[in-house]
Amino acid sequence: MRRRACRSAFRWAALWALAMPLVAAAEANTAAVQNPQTRTTPADTRRSGLLDMGPALQALQRDDAQNPAMLMVQDGAALWARRSGTADRACADCHGPAQAPLAAMDGVAARYPAIDAASGQPLNLAGRIRQCRRQHQQAPDWPADSPELLALSAYIGLASRGLPITPPEHPRLAALQQQGARLWQQRLGQLNLSCAQCHDRLAGQRLAGAVIPQGHPTGYPIYRLEWQGLGSLQRRLRACLVGVRAEPFAPDDPQWLALEAYLAKRAAGMPVETPAVRP
Amino acid sequence: MPIRPPAAPDQPNPSRRQWLGHGAGLCLALSLCPAAAVSEVPSLQAMVNQWAGGRPVQAGRITLQVPELVEKNGNAVPLSVRVPEPGPGLHVQEIVVYNERNPQREVLRCSFGPLCPRAEAATRIRLATSQRLVALARLSDGSQWQHAVEVVVTLAACVES
Amino acid sequence: MTADQPTTRPTLPHPVRALVALPAVPPRDTPFEVRTTLGHPMENGLRHDGHGNVVPRMLVTRFEARLDGALVFAADLYPAISANPYLSFWLQVAGPATLTLDWTGDWGFAHRETRQLQPT
Repeated sequence: MRRRACRSAFRWAALWALAMPLVAAAEANTAAVQNPQTRTTPADTRRSGLLDMGPALQALQRDDAQNPAMLMVQDGAALWARRSGTADRACADCHGPAQAPLAAMDGVAARYPAIDAASGQPLNLAGRIRQCRRQHQQAPDWPADSPELLALSAYIGLASRGLPITPPEHPRLAALQQQGARLWQQRLGQLNLSCAQCHDRLAGQRLAGAVIPQGHPTGYPIYRLEWQGLGSLQRRLRACLVGVRAEPFAPDDPQWLALEAYLAKRAAGMPVETPAVRP
Repeated sequence: MPIRPPAAPDQPNPSRRQWLGHGAGLCLALSLCPAAAVSEVPSLQAMVNQWAGGRPVQAGRITLQVPELVEKNGNAVPLSVRVPEPGPGLHVQEIVVYNERNPQREVLRCSFGPLCPRAEAATRIRLATSQRLVALARLSDGSQWQHAVEVVVTLAACVES
Repeated sequence: MTADQPTTRPTLPHPVRALVALPAVPPRDTPFEVRTTLGHPMENGLRHDGHGNVVPRMLVTRFEARLDGALVFAADLYPAISANPYLSFWLQVAGPATLTLDWTGDWGFAHRETRQLQPT
C-alpha cells in the first residue's frame, strides 16, 4: 500500500514538474495578449495598473456610465457649487461654475504634489483643497479621506484626465522627491520588503494569483473594490505598509508627501486616469 | 524510603458535586435548546429544489454569464443573465440566481413585464469565495431551466487590515 | 442567515446619487439598454468596523422600472449585490414615454429617478 502510494506521489510530482513550465508559458502568453504595453517612447516600459486588470474591470473604469466613482464625482460637482463657511463662498465663486469637465481646473491635478508659493510647504491636491477651504471659505476643515474631500478631489482630478502627470520644477520639491526615492528603496516592516523590490523589480510577475503592478499614482482618488468606495493615494500607501507589516506613518507625517512626490516624478508623462477603478 | 503514592484525594464536598452536576446539566440543556434567531442556511440544492416546487428543471434556454476566474477579491463580479429565446408564444416569468457559499443563498431575482423586449439583466455581485452559481428561469408555460457556473475567486495578495 | 436589523437607525446615504445611462435619443421600436448605478453602501450587516462593532445592515432590496406607470422590469436585490448597485435591463418604446426608476430598501430608503424618453 505504501509502495503504491509512493509511486503515485512520484507520478504526481513528475506531472507537476512537467506541467508548471507549460502553465507559466500559457499564463505569460495570455497576459501578453490581454495586456498590451503602452509606451510613451520605445524605451519607456512603464505601464498603468489599469492594464494589469482583466477586461471586465478595465471596461468598468473606461465607461463613465458604469464607473462607480462617477457617483462621487457628481457629489464633487455639487460641493463645487455649494456656498460654505463664514465667508459664504463656493469654489465656483472664485474658480468658475461647475462644468463637465471642469475647464477651470484643467491640468491642475496633474501638477500635484507641489510647493505652495505662499508658505513654501509641500501640498498634494487634497491639501490644497483643505487650505482653500480654511483660508478662502473660512469653513471647518475636512479631514483626510472624508467623503467630501474625496468627492471634490475626484471632480477636480477628472478635469485632468488624459493629461500627462507634470510635477513642477522646484528645489524644495526636488528634495522631497529625493526623500521619497530613498523611502522607496528602504526595506520596511516585518516582511522587510521595500517598495522597489516588488514594484520595480518584480512588477508584472504574480504574487498569490495577482499581477504585481508597477504602482503608478495615475488615477487617484481611486474606487477600490476592496474598499467598496473611493480612497486617496495615502490610504493606498497605508495599506501597502500594513501589507509588509510595517507601522504606518502618523497621518500628518511628511513622509507620505515625500512618497507621493517621488511617485509623481516616477510617473511623469503618464496620463491621468482619475477616477480609476482598482481591485 | 519508598515513595508513597499520594493519598487519595478527599471526597469533594457533596454540595460542590451537586453544583457541578447542575452546571453541566444547564450547559447541556442550553446547547440543545436552539437560539431563537439562528437558522440553518439551506444548501444550494435545497434552494433550487424549493424554487422548483417539485417540478423538473432542465439545463438550457437560460445563460448565466460570469467570469470563471475572478482576479483579486470578489467584491464586484460582473454577472448577467439572459433567456434569448424563450420559445414561440412564451415569455419569461422570472429569473433567479443562487450561490453556494455566501452567507445567504439568494443573489438576485428579476421579473420582466410585457413591455420588456428582452429577458436580460446584468449586475455586479459579491462572492465570498470560490463557488458555484446557478441561474434559474421559469417560463410562462411552467417549464423551468437552469445554467450553473463554477467561479474561482482569488484573494488580493496584500490584505489591508 | 441575514443579520438582524439593529434598533438604532444607521445613516442613510444623503443626498442619494444615481447614474442612469441610456441613449439620449432612443431608437423607436428597437430594444435599447438602460444601465443604472445607485450610490448606496449595500451593507450586509456582517462587516465590522475598526472598533469591532457590527456595521448595521442597510440594503437596497427592490428595484422597479416603469414606462408610463406600467412595470417593465423589477428586481429583488440581496446582500450579494455589490455596493453602489449596478443594474442594467432593456426597454423598447414606440413613442415618447416617461421612465421612472424606483429603488427601495431597509430603513425606509426610497429613491426615484425619472427620465423623459423622446425616441427618434
